Amino acid sequence: MWESLDSWIAATGAVAASACALPGCFLLLRRQSLTGDAISHAALPGIVLAFLAAQMARQAGWLSDAGYEASRQLFLLAGAVVLGVGCAVGSEWVQRRGGVEPSAALGVVFITLFAVGLVLLRLIADQVDLDPDCVLYGTLENSVLDTVPLGSLVVPRALLRHLALFLLNLVLIGLFFKELRIASFDPGLANAMGIPAWLMHYLLMTMTAFTAVSVFESVGSILVIAMLIVPAATAYLLTDRLVVMLVLAALLAAASAWLGHAAALFVPRLVFPWLGYPQVTDASTSGMMAVVAGALLVAALLAGPRYGWVAQFLRRRRLATRIATEDLLAWLYRNAERGQALLPLESGRISQVTGMSRTRVRRAVGQLVRRRWIERTPDGLRLTAAGHTAAVNLVRAHRLWESFLAERLDVPAARLHESAERIEHYLDSQMLDELEAELQLPERDPHGSLIPRQARDE
Amino acid sequence: MNAENGSGKESASPLVIRDLTVAYHRKPVIWDIDYEAPAGRLIAIVGPNGAGKSTLLAACLDLVPRVSGEILVFGQPFRRQRGRVGYVPQRESVDWDFPVSALDVVAMGLYRRIGWCRPVTARYRKLALEALDRVGMAHLAHRQIRQLSGGQQQRVFLARALVQEADLYLMDEPFAGVDAATERAIVELLRNMRAAGKTVLAVHHDLQTVAEYFDDVVLLNMRLIAAGPVEQVFTIDNLRRTYGGKLALLDRVGHRMSMDVQLER
Amino acid sequence: MSRSGSPATGFERNRLLGSAAICAVVGVLSWAAWIPLAEGAGPLQETGNSQSSGVGGSTSPFWGSHGLAFDYNTLVVWSGAVALGAGGGVVGVFLLLRKQALLGDVVSHAALPGVGLAFLVLELVRAGSGKWVPGLLLGAALAGFTGIAASTLLRRGTRLKDDAVLAVVLSVYFGLGIVLLTIVQRLPGGNQAGLPHFIYGKAAALRMSDVQVISAVVTLAVLVCLLLFKELRLLAFDERFAAAQGWPVVALDLVLKVLVVAIAVVGLQGVGLLLVVAVLIVPPAAARFWTERLDRMVAISAAFGALAGLAGVAISASWPRVATGATIALCDSVLFALSMALGVERGLLRRWWHLYAARRRQDEHHLLRACYELLAGERGGVAPQELCDGVVRVDGLVRWRGWSPQKLRRLLERGQRRGWIRPDPQGWRLTPAGAAEACRHVRNHRLWELYLVKHADVAIDLADRRADDIEHVLDPELVAMLEEELETGGGLPSSPHRVATEPTSATG
Repeated sequence: MWESLDSWIAATGAVAASACALPGCFLLLRRQSLTGDAISHAALPGIVLAFLAAQMARQAGWLSDAGYEASRQLFLLAGAVVLGVGCAVGSEWVQRRGGVEPSAALGVVFITLFAVGLVLLRLIADQVDLDPDCVLYGTLENSVLDTVPLGSLVVPRALLRHLALFLLNLVLIGLFFKELRIASFDPGLANAMGIPAWLMHYLLMTMTAFTAVSVFESVGSILVIAMLIVPAATAYLLTDRLVVMLVLAALLAAASAWLGHAAALFVPRLVFPWLGYPQVTDASTSGMMAVVAGALLVAALLAGPRYGWVAQFLRRRRLATRIATEDLLAWLYRNAERGQALLPLESGRISQVTGMSRTRVRRAVGQLVRRRWIERTPDGLRLTAAGHTAAVNLVRAHRLWESFLAERLDVPAARLHESAERIEHYLDSQMLDELEAELQLPERDPHGSLIPRQARDE
Repeated sequence: MNAENGSGKESASPLVIRDLTVAYHRKPVIWDIDYEAPAGRLIAIVGPNGAGKSTLLAACLDLVPRVSGEILVFGQPFRRQRGRVGYVPQRESVDWDFPVSALDVVAMGLYRRIGWCRPVTARYRKLALEALDRVGMAHLAHRQIRQLSGGQQQRVFLARALVQEADLYLMDEPFAGVDAATERAIVELLRNMRAAGKTVLAVHHDLQTVAEYFDDVVLLNMRLIAAGPVEQVFTIDNLRRTYGGKLALLDRVGHRMSMDVQLER
Repeated sequence: MSRSGSPATGFERNRLLGSAAICAVVGVLSWAAWIPLAEGAGPLQETGNSQSSGVGGSTSPFWGSHGLAFDYNTLVVWSGAVALGAGGGVVGVFLLLRKQALLGDVVSHAALPGVGLAFLVLELVRAGSGKWVPGLLLGAALAGFTGIAASTLLRRGTRLKDDAVLAVVLSVYFGLGIVLLTIVQRLPGGNQAGLPHFIYGKAAALRMSDVQVISAVVTLAVLVCLLLFKELRLLAFDERFAAAQGWPVVALDLVLKVLVVAIAVVGLQGVGLLLVVAVLIVPPAAARFWTERLDRMVAISAAFGALAGLAGVAISASWPRVATGATIALCDSVLFALSMALGVERGLLRRWWHLYAARRRQDEHHLLRACYELLAGERGGVAPQELCDGVVRVDGLVRWRGWSPQKLRRLLERGQRRGWIRPDPQGWRLTPAGAAEACRHVRNHRLWELYLVKHADVAIDLADRRADDIEHVLDPELVAMLEEELETGGGLPSSPHRVATEPTSATG
């Protein structure tokens, strides 16, 4: 089912997607994600007008038929870039002069241009071979049929074009990397340092328009909009470093294009015969690429190492467990202080006394035993030497914090314990030393309990 | 976490804050605040930037979640006493380009009383106009709010609070960025309010005028430094404790608490 | 600025009138759409090729050389377009003021997979039922909601910013929609289901039943907006205050979003998902140029939306090949451009006029001040009568300000027209009125200079130039404040600096 043609389709899409993802990263960081969307909409009238202009030039005899064929692409590109950048400039003008809110100004301008494009397209439908559907969905499947020989390989022309575009973007970003970075991060600072932020802004706008328009014909505008932002957003969720983000975005874009084409081929074939429609064998490739990009974003959202929801959930749970074990440890210590070294094994009774839930107690006890901080004896639980050290530090944190609250924050004695229960888990030994120094080595906490001195691990 | 101790006691004080801790993204910005506002006084909340002054007001209005503690307004939770609390937010918090007139903004203070789906009738507009008159803005009632000066905008906000006829007023920097005339007008207004038995808590920045404008002062810097009558509390020593840098320790512990979820291994 | 507000009582009446007008328009239109049906005017022709042709296309004999004829089809399409425009205009105002203008775009894109899925589900339930429009619209609405929910979730749960969230949701949902659409088209009957209509709209081929749905939804949406007018205004203006007052801001926000979804979904049929955003944001943005009142803005926006619908349908009817949806959007844009240029409150022309008028006024002030200073130098407290006696020479004026001769001539003519100066054989003389006016401006100028020197620590030689900028905007209230501040006692103060006067002929 997967033929060599499919590989070419996927490769062409992947390179186009990567080329989009590079400027997309900067759009995302500059909070101009919607500008990419607007530019790719606004390019439509540019394309149509360029078609018209080229046609008129041919009819007027300024262009030979061969010249027309050769320069048609250039006309298209120029027209679309002009209108795409014009959209960005125009919306800024409307925003500043008209006092219109930025996103509304953008919306007004791009929708106007897009409507102009649609109207023109219908008006001159019999003169140009432009299909609005083709603008939306692209003709990735057909564009790979136009091939050129390259050594022993026969390579689609579109792939080479997209590769050149990708390299161009790469070079531009490489050349202006630090300027782009600073202009995106802090335009004011950039200006103060003599880097014209507006120039970087228009460089990025032009790059976006150029990229969008160049890959338009083969992959369609949906994919352009998706690939500009979605892989960049995914990468942004995965890393804090700009270089890594750029690389990741390009890779993610390529991966979503490849997987997207595969999904377009295989998923309908798996699902629809089962639903009773065997005639559905494939779906729109560029649409599926966008969907896969979205799926990757969701995956990053869930499984990202740092900002992922699963990771955060696990960390939160681990934190809760740690707090539970520490609370239990401190409780054991206080009991030991009162001369009650052995404690009941039963989690139910511990939970009754400490107010922690049974499962929490069980998990905490398990953790403590595993760490060898307590041991199970036939008569009950008992602190080990290591456990004693850990408990001493905790209780020290608790009582020091209570002293601090009472002395510096004038918290009434009745409310000290609760606050200290919350904070004790967050004080590291350095902070404790400082606390101790600041409070001048207090002997006893406000309740009169002895504050233990720091215990070292043996 | 569970602050059940000591509740249920009826208190006539306009505002009682018990053991209040508020955190943004798990990082506490105000710690263990205990305060009881005396009735019928003008109270300034004073502290450096980032001391949690606005947060304190927001917590009183249930606009931010609390980590611990409770807040009683005239002896009851804020929810049941909304009508008795007037709020003057910071001037920068809204879009002054919005297509409403000064009168419209003042009338917003009456929306609660007007109720769902009912229009603002002539009766209520008259009330709003009276409130505007009290701040000396009646002649500008129909101006669009962008065409007002900073001081005038602040007066509109005050009128919006006045029209609520509340007993306790919470004001976030009512004197910020206003001209001298407005400042005098606001002070005058505050004194009239005090004479009418209202209590006003205002975040204030200008240390020079605290003693002149206010009766009581709350010194805040992440925790309550001191609170009470100006002449007793507003001392050089207390000010030094307020402005002499944050307690670095509070800040660091707070930072650890906010990062802990991420640092946890 | 000086435009006095209408009396307080007129205010509410305006709003009620405006709402009544909107309701009337919508009501009449939905009613008008019913008439032909009630009278049994016959079934309309179903124009299947609507996607590629304008209203009527070649199938309708009523169009073309006859001009606009009120036939059944036109009435139907017109009602739909006008109702949609008005509804979008009303709801869009609140969306715009809440600074979520592009939410409509996201909703309309997100609705597409809903349409596809609804079709699939309907087909699976009963083959051939996929064309059931209410079902498709329901699917679109549900998908629109999940789009909003997804963007809320992404905004809250990740560190992605607003714009990125919108772009992500929009493009991924749209991709999914296209996937489903290509699948649907392979199903039996899928090709005739007309699902691509939802992308480009099918305003030209709206049917009676479509228009009924549109009118019903729009009427409902407008009613909700009017009932919750003050609540939505408060939400959009000051959410924090609203929350402190105990208004359920989350619920109110949800209501607004429901309205947006409703309009976007019925808009899918009218102008198509790509252009729904035009119906939702362009009329409100245009209306903003005309008024500083929310109630009027709503009315104007609704009127603009309706007008664009009307004009769009008419235009696309006259040119057979023009797409109706795009024409409606373009008419909206034209209205926006006109509003931005001509709008009486915030339009560019008004701003330019103000600038021009201010500059003219400034020049006049300068002329009068020049006359005064040429006659009296830096002295204060000069009586107007004394000024009338002196003659101001033209070469002195030229030197004083560096005016070009032509400009000075025009200026002098203007002064004469205003009755401030009159020609004299040796030059020009101030009239009593002109002298009084001159004293006033000089006083303003010097008061401000004094204030700058005294309180703003501006160097004396700079004060003159700074005061030049300000003196023209000092209103009486401010002047009174300045006088109080500087304790000048209401008279005309002396200049804090020397005035470089040329020899004048202050003859008696």
